[in-house]
Amino acid sequence: MEIDWNHFTPWTSLLGGVLLGVASSVFILLSGRILGISGILGGILNPRKGDVGWRISFLLGLFAAPWLGYIFMPESLFQTPRIESGMSSIAIAGLLVGFGTRYGSGCTSGHGVCGLSRLSIRSMAATVTFMLAGFVIVYVLKHLL
Amino acid sequence: MTHRLIEFFVGLLFGFGLLLSGMTDPGKVIGFLDVFGNWDPSLAFVMAGAIAIGLFAFALAKKKTSTFLGTELHLPKYNKIDKPLLVGALLFGAGWGLAGFCPGPAIVSLASGQSKAAVFVIFMVFGMLVFERFSQFFIEKRSNP
Repeated sequence: MEIDWNHFTPWTSLLGGVLLGVASSVFILLSGRILGISGILGGILNPRKGDVGWRISFLLGLFAAPWLGYIFMPESLFQTPRIESGMSSIAIAGLLVGFGTRYGSGCTSGHGVCGLSRLSIRSMAATVTFMLAGFVIVYVLKHLL
Repeated sequence: MTHRLIEFFVGLLFGFGLLLSGMTDPGKVIGFLDVFGNWDPSLAFVMAGAIAIGLFAFALAKKKTSTFLGTELHLPKYNKIDKPLLVGALLFGAGWGLAGFCPGPAIVSLASGQSKAAVFVIFMVFGMLVFERFSQFFIEKRSNP
């Protein structure tokens, strides 16, 4: 193992993480909801009466973030995205992420941030599992194929 | 209306956090998952920052019976590690490693006009719809995260 010092951004990543933590905290304490993106989005696809408005408001805020972010935050703080996967990999990945997060009741935000923060055994198991799966896939793609 | 505004601003804040943290850069996510290659540990700092804040909020939330605004507090009660949780997390992790996108950052990247993120989100929503359509075959009793 060697460290990729060229891309390592401890401070902006820590600060970004703090913002994710603050957002999740405000959401549970004021809105009474777990901030889990896959759950919030998935709930719209199978709508129940009175359970859609809050999801839409949240997602609109998420959607507005890059637009308002580029206006109010210095550009140097944002990483230029490196998207190297081809279209077919992107499509397969999308299917896996969509189905997997709903089947497993959460993603990086719901299990990873909120679940670990509330010390949930289920979320710890899920987080370890999806991280391990990610390590294995990246190892296979980058070092075996 | 107050609630809708809070949800919007929480979504916005969460989106800012994702942009700042580097989670919206698939190359950075894959760099983190590439532990046996040129490793970028930044995402560990994202998790640390988020959980450091979240721990306090969720400890507080567990003691409360309603939110600070007097509304219902939805904390998951189900705590069994079951097959759907683990298989779902495995599929999600595989997709996450394949493309470097998880649901939140994919939506933010779609909003900033990344065409590959748009393809990812379309297939992700399709994967979620497949789950919704056939959930009775996959899961006998639906559980929240």
